[in-house]
Amino acid sequence: MARKKTIRTIPQERTPVSEQDPKERVTNFEEVSHRYSQEDALLESDRCLMCPEQPCVAGCPVGINIPGFIQKINDKDYRGAYDVITATNLLPAICGRVCPQETQCEGVCTVGDTLEPVAIGRLERFVGDMAINAGWANVPYIEPVPFRIGIVGAGPAGMACAADMAKAGCEVTVYEAFHQSGGVLRYGIPEFRLPNPVIDAEMGNLEKLGVTFECNTLVGRLFSIEQMIDELGFHAVFIGTGAGYPSMLGVPGDSLNGVLSANELLTRCNLMHAREFPNYDTPMPPARRVAVVGAGNTAMDAMRVCLRLGAEEVYCVYRRSRIEAPARAEEVHHAEEEGVRFKWLTNPVEVLGDDEGGVRAMRCVRMELGEPDDSGRRRPVPVAGSEHDIEVDLVVVAIGTNANPIIGQTSKLALNKWGYIEADEHLATSMPGVFAGGDIVTGAATVIEAMGAGRKAARSMKHYLGIRDVDAPYFVDGADTLFGIDLRERNFVRVRVPA
Amino acid sequence: MADDPQSRFEIVAREDFSDATYLLEVRHPLMARAARPGQFVIVMSHEHGERIPLTIADYDREEGTITLVIQAVGKSTREMQQTCTVGTHLYGMVGPMGMPSPLGKAKKVLCVGGGLGVAPIYPQMKGFKEAGAYVIAVIGFRTKSLVFWQEKFEACCDELILCTDDGSAGVEGRVTTGMELAIAKHPDIDECVAIGPPIMMKGAAEVTRPHGIKTMVSLNPVMIDGTGMCGGCRVKVGDTVKFACVDGPDFDGHKVDFDDLMARLGRFSSQEKAAMKRWSDECRMAKPVSPAGGKE
Ligand SMILES: Cc1cc2nc3c(=O)[nH]c(=O)nc-3n(C[C@H](O)[C@H](O)[C@H](O)COP(=O)(O)OP(=O)(O)OC[C@H]3O[C@@H](n4cnc5c(N)ncnc54)[C@H](O)[C@@H]3O)c2cc1C
Ligand SMILES: Cc1cc2nc3c(=O)[nH]c(=O)nc-3n(C[C@H](O)[C@H](O)[C@H](O)COP(=O)(O)OP(=O)(O)OC[C@H]3O[C@@H](n4cnc5c(N)ncnc54)[C@H](O)[C@@H]3O)c2cc1C
Ligand code: SF4
Ligand code: SF4
Ligand code: FES
Repeated sequence: MARKKTIRTIPQERTPVSEQDPKERVTNFEEVSHRYSQEDALLESDRCLMCPEQPCVAGCPVGINIPGFIQKINDKDYRGAYDVITATNLLPAICGRVCPQETQCEGVCTVGDTLEPVAIGRLERFVGDMAINAGWANVPYIEPVPFRIGIVGAGPAGMACAADMAKAGCEVTVYEAFHQSGGVLRYGIPEFRLPNPVIDAEMGNLEKLGVTFECNTLVGRLFSIEQMIDELGFHAVFIGTGAGYPSMLGVPGDSLNGVLSANELLTRCNLMHAREFPNYDTPMPPARRVAVVGAGNTAMDAMRVCLRLGAEEVYCVYRRSRIEAPARAEEVHHAEEEGVRFKWLTNPVEVLGDDEGGVRAMRCVRMELGEPDDSGRRRPVPVAGSEHDIEVDLVVVAIGTNANPIIGQTSKLALNKWGYIEADEHLATSMPGVFAGGDIVTGAATVIEAMGAGRKAARSMKHYLGIRDVDAPYFVDGADTLFGIDLRERNFVRVRVPA
Repeated sequence: MADDPQSRFEIVAREDFSDATYLLEVRHPLMARAARPGQFVIVMSHEHGERIPLTIADYDREEGTITLVIQAVGKSTREMQQTCTVGTHLYGMVGPMGMPSPLGKAKKVLCVGGGLGVAPIYPQMKGFKEAGAYVIAVIGFRTKSLVFWQEKFEACCDELILCTDDGSAGVEGRVTTGMELAIAKHPDIDECVAIGPPIMMKGAAEVTRPHGIKTMVSLNPVMIDGTGMCGGCRVKVGDTVKFACVDGPDFDGHKVDFDDLMARLGRFSSQEKAAMKRWSDECRMAKPVSPAGGKE
């Protein structure tokens, strides 16, 4: 073992990652950030101090053994690194790309006190991508148990819950309203941040665990949650239907044809491929000059999509200042590089129409920051006489979402006063055997938090069903036969005797 | 993915009412059990297709089928007219979507359907009939050759008034003319349901307004997901904004802002025209090669 590392002996600079040139990338939907090479990963793994108190682990919503997997990288045992990560996180290639690391794991990294923190997300993505390219999958020994689990919604929360229940031996069916699985990962986050093949690969791992996907299924309307338990024979149900139901501006001109939610814009572009219209049938609204209201991840994605679709000017209109912007820091930075014009401390008061029902301009006021509000952020207040018009032909609204009403409308589940599903600390709902998690419980949050919720609900489900949590050892590339019997055929996989 | 499009959503029957209107019966036993009057589905005919909402015009719980009646107006619906033959499959069909129509305790009901609204009014009418109401139906077409389902309506309602714009069948005039007749004969009508093009529903709501007859209309804004996630289907009803796919599609016709709805329906008209043109040009060129059924 090498000498104990100190902050002075580690590489001082965070290993940079190459990116597509901003001028080039605004003309395509290819990924913006490239991945670390092995040399990069090795260099960066050297920067981890292997802190005994591991603050980073506490900063990760699912508690990945971060120094553990970084050590494996450092040992060039990449497969080992993958095993460490997937013991807690099923989707490293996704989380490495989309987690807001600066407020989660990297935000509390010890190295970050003095230097730039260890690039945990990039290392995680390195391992995740390597697994996809090499076709690794950790299929544990699964001993079937006679329970059937129904999962509503194929977003990160549902997927995480499905994976854990499948590993516990249950027969798992995931119902998804759209014609494709993935939730926000598919319809919301654009391909230049998260390419579809990455989602497909991580989904493929779920199928390897025996999970069945039923798309085109709107639960609540096709059958209710009650029916899932009473008639369809599910022993337990998890609801992970996401938030949805976008808030609109609520100012005059809100229903003009050039005003739409970021969800609509992104769904058209990503899920329905409107950017390839007319090769695909779904159209996109024309956008030459665009104002996007809001400064979260959704807003950043909408702006960068508009640029790639050929908009000449894209404004970000946000009523607070840059430090309060809820988007991942990297996204704001990328949007800036790509030419988005930020109008901080600006709030729309009216959308002005043209003669044909379209948008001509957006009237705004300037804001200043006053006293702190409930969220601890300083409350923006309008500056008198500061009205001004921004000339745009498209207004995209990305100011947050409310609870999707369908499950509430069609079941007796208790909801909280905002319409989100009520769940206790074990994520149990008011209905026995029914659990819920992700955005439909907490309101809009992050991918990894939704996954964490899915896994927590899985733990509660196992308790509820009386399944003992065993740490199933993983099968690692080996023979599939035992005494000449093909084990895969029987859906059993040989267990490697733990070392 | 796990969804094998080839094994699901089979088209088991088809009927062509005219050169623009056709009926498809699609197998989906679970949905046939769940469907209620007033609900709709969203269909994708192929992988590159659009998600298009269509009202459930009928359902057969025994046979496990859903009936759709479609008017070929643009690229997607015309393409379906060509490719959706018996034995083929839709790429996707999700539903039943929307809130079922509130079939209240009305004793005497006026059910009005115009043009493409004739089919969707049928399940509501049947629902009212089954709930014990006296049902007067008014259905309107442009001309005699476009009339369909007349017997189906006659078999189900207590009185039927058929209207054609040119008087070639039934009463001459629009459905509003038929409604006036019905209201004159039955001053005790206590509820009206009207489905059709927005301009027709607007007219229908104006007919009943002076009589104070509660009037429900079924709105058809442009939709994508149909699950309340995009807000594209928002409509103005009274002072509030509603999402037609989850809060509707049925709303109080006396409160709906039809002008707003009509303006919003034109949102993508230039792209729709371009798509239509491109597609029909392609068809013309491809015509001799592949006849029905071949879809990718
Ligand atoms: C544009 C955008 C960008 C984002 N960027 C980031 C980011 O960079 N990093 C990050 O950490 N987080 C990001 N987020 C937030 C993150 O994506 C969400 O917090 C997370 O996806 C929530 O997961 P979920 O499983 O709860 O719900 P969702 O991902 O919303 O999935 C819910 C699924 O359920 C389906 N569904 C809904 N109702 C029904 C029903 N009745 N029956 C069947 N299926 C149903 C939906 O179609 C959907 O597929 C972003 C969100 C958006 C919108
Ligand atoms: C709840 C609901 C129920 C409907 N029921 C029926 C029905 O039973 N039979 C039927 O023939 N039609 C029905 N429609 C209308 C049908 O969805 C449209 O005619 C169809 O989407 C047109 O597609 P297109 O590509 O053929 O035509 P396009 O050329 O794309 O459009 C023609 C017109 O249809 C409307 N339209 C276009 N795209 C959509 C969309 N995604 N959603 C809604 N409207 C759109 C627009 O007003 C447009 O101007 C219904 C619509 C809604 C919202
Ligand atoms: S899952 Fe997200 S928060 Fe956790 S270690 Fe990975 S990047 Fe950090
Ligand atoms: S806090 Fe940073 S340096 Fe410490 S173990 Fe975690 S990643 Fe390594
Ligand atoms: S169609 Fe998207 S919210 Fe109604």
